[in-house]
Amino acid sequence: MGLLSLIFGRKEKKPVEVKPPQPVATPKPVASVKQESHKEERPVSNKITLGHVHMSGCIGCCVSIADTYGGLFTLLDNYADLVYSLTLVDVRHIPKMDVALVEGSVCLQDELSIEEIKETRERATVVVALGGCSAYGNITRFSRGGQFNQPQHESYVPISKLIDVDVYIPGCAPNPEVIRNVAVMAYLLLKGNDAQKKLATAYLAPLMALAKDGSRIESDSEACGCDIMLKVINQGLCMGCGTCAASCPVFAISMEYGKPNIDREMCIKCGACYSSCPRSFFSFDVCGDYENILGAITAAMNPGGN
Amino acid sequence: MDMLGKYKTCVAARSTSSEILKSSQDGGIVTQMFIYALEEGIIDGAIVAGPGDEPWKPKPMVATTPEEILAARGTRYNISPNMAVIKESVRKYGLDKVGIVGTPCQMQALRKAQLYPVGMRYVTDKIALAMGIFCMENFSYQSMKQIVEDHCNVDLHSLKKTDIGKGKYWAYTNRGAVSQIPLKVTHKYEQPGCHVCLDYVANMGDISTGSVGSPDGWSTVFVRSTNGDNIWKKAVEAGVFEVKAIDSVKPGLDLVTKLATEKITKNQKELEHRAKMGVNKGLRNPYI
Repeated sequence: MGLLSLIFGRKEKKPVEVKPPQPVATPKPVASVKQESHKEERPVSNKITLGHVHMSGCIGCCVSIADTYGGLFTLLDNYADLVYSLTLVDVRHIPKMDVALVEGSVCLQDELSIEEIKETRERATVVVALGGCSAYGNITRFSRGGQFNQPQHESYVPISKLIDVDVYIPGCAPNPEVIRNVAVMAYLLLKGNDAQKKLATAYLAPLMALAKDGSRIESDSEACGCDIMLKVINQGLCMGCGTCAASCPVFAISMEYGKPNIDREMCIKCGACYSSCPRSFFSFDVCGDYENILGAITAAMNPGGN
Repeated sequence: MDMLGKYKTCVAARSTSSEILKSSQDGGIVTQMFIYALEEGIIDGAIVAGPGDEPWKPKPMVATTPEEILAARGTRYNISPNMAVIKESVRKYGLDKVGIVGTPCQMQALRKAQLYPVGMRYVTDKIALAMGIFCMENFSYQSMKQIVEDHCNVDLHSLKKTDIGKGKYWAYTNRGAVSQIPLKVTHKYEQPGCHVCLDYVANMGDISTGSVGSPDGWSTVFVRSTNGDNIWKKAVEAGVFEVKAIDSVKPGLDLVTKLATEKITKNQKELEHRAKMGVNKGLRNPYI
């Protein structure tokens, strides 16, 4: 099922089910195995199609997807078919898909990168910038070229500088739980009932707003650590909770007299601090309903109830 | 807007331990709850506002023993960025079940971090008990120093306890002197970020508590989440709290509702004012 069948190219003869979140208590035996088959029938009709597009990054975001552990198999079994992935799927060209998770920034000197990111935009309904490089440039912002074996590769931009992006998942590496939450919400948005669509829209709205802001040519949302200064402290909004300091992966933020002190030499521009700040965005409807939402996500990820 | 948030039960309560009550702020709810939860294995440790390197300057601390929790009791009326050590509590201290105490804004930060845990890999799922405290506003350390030293005329080194109540700011010294100033004197020292906060009674804590609504030495307690309800019931059953119905005490929930309404309507006005502060432009609103 799901991932395994993708890896081994197995073909399952199974009636098409229209109820994906149903519990899969006992895995049904594979009816027939045809190794020569190239095209897999989708075992569950209303799964979404998902691709992982790799640009200039360190593959850490891909590792983060795998770090959902068993959750990855649940996602692939019940909610999403992986149709494109550098490490997991033997597909050479970017196919049509519902959601593209893009990892890494675009190297302007690499023609293939530019072609691929444009193809991704054309062929994916929803483009998600997965991780700091893709969303904000992250460490690739500091590249100056001159490295083996492509010394001319020196300028890198977040994907939103070349294409419109729908959702940002900031962080270096992005948190597996956020990827899981976004995946479940994307599924509900595309395949759910009205109430589920409403919830998913409310949940994804701030991540979409971050992407919308980043997609503007004149956007100033690239500084990250500076975003905390410019958009929170300078705006008289900081109340000293310390979330930014906790979320910084490189310990660039310390709390001095109750306010963040940002070491800009350390900041890698991953966007974690600003997006986790409760004063960057906060919805009482979504965050106030944390018990139900976390419960729903847990239920979606454990359809067997264990 | 719901002024008091969602809750399952609301009571007036205080700790049954005289040791805790001796120098807790009011009913010793947070201190007692964490010590109980620690001893029962409900939490492995708690993030509290521990003693800092300057007098009355709190520092977020991961307390793993009742002694450490006792050392952190009482209110300091300035900022302790408790969320700052949440990753440390899991990664460095290795806690699987974390307790955390915080103001309403910190509870908001916590719940946002649970739903959007950016940069906190497998940290926020370890939160086992979140205690919220009522909060009208907070002060920076320098502001509090100004209030206590300049206005109350008390040296921070000789300060025994500060309190806000009955429309006044109170400073008690180690030698028994009491100094008080009207609260309106303190308003200009408030932290600006507090003026957009739309929560008074920590709507997002598992359990939230504060002195308002209950008699001196007691605290008002809202039990909000299913998790909070389970823990609270166990604690009351174990006899660590003395509990009274909230409608049997004075001044009761009416006062809590009044203050919550005051804070929220005032701050909603401030948000509207901020939106139109300039000419055809304004300041950011974090809630949209």
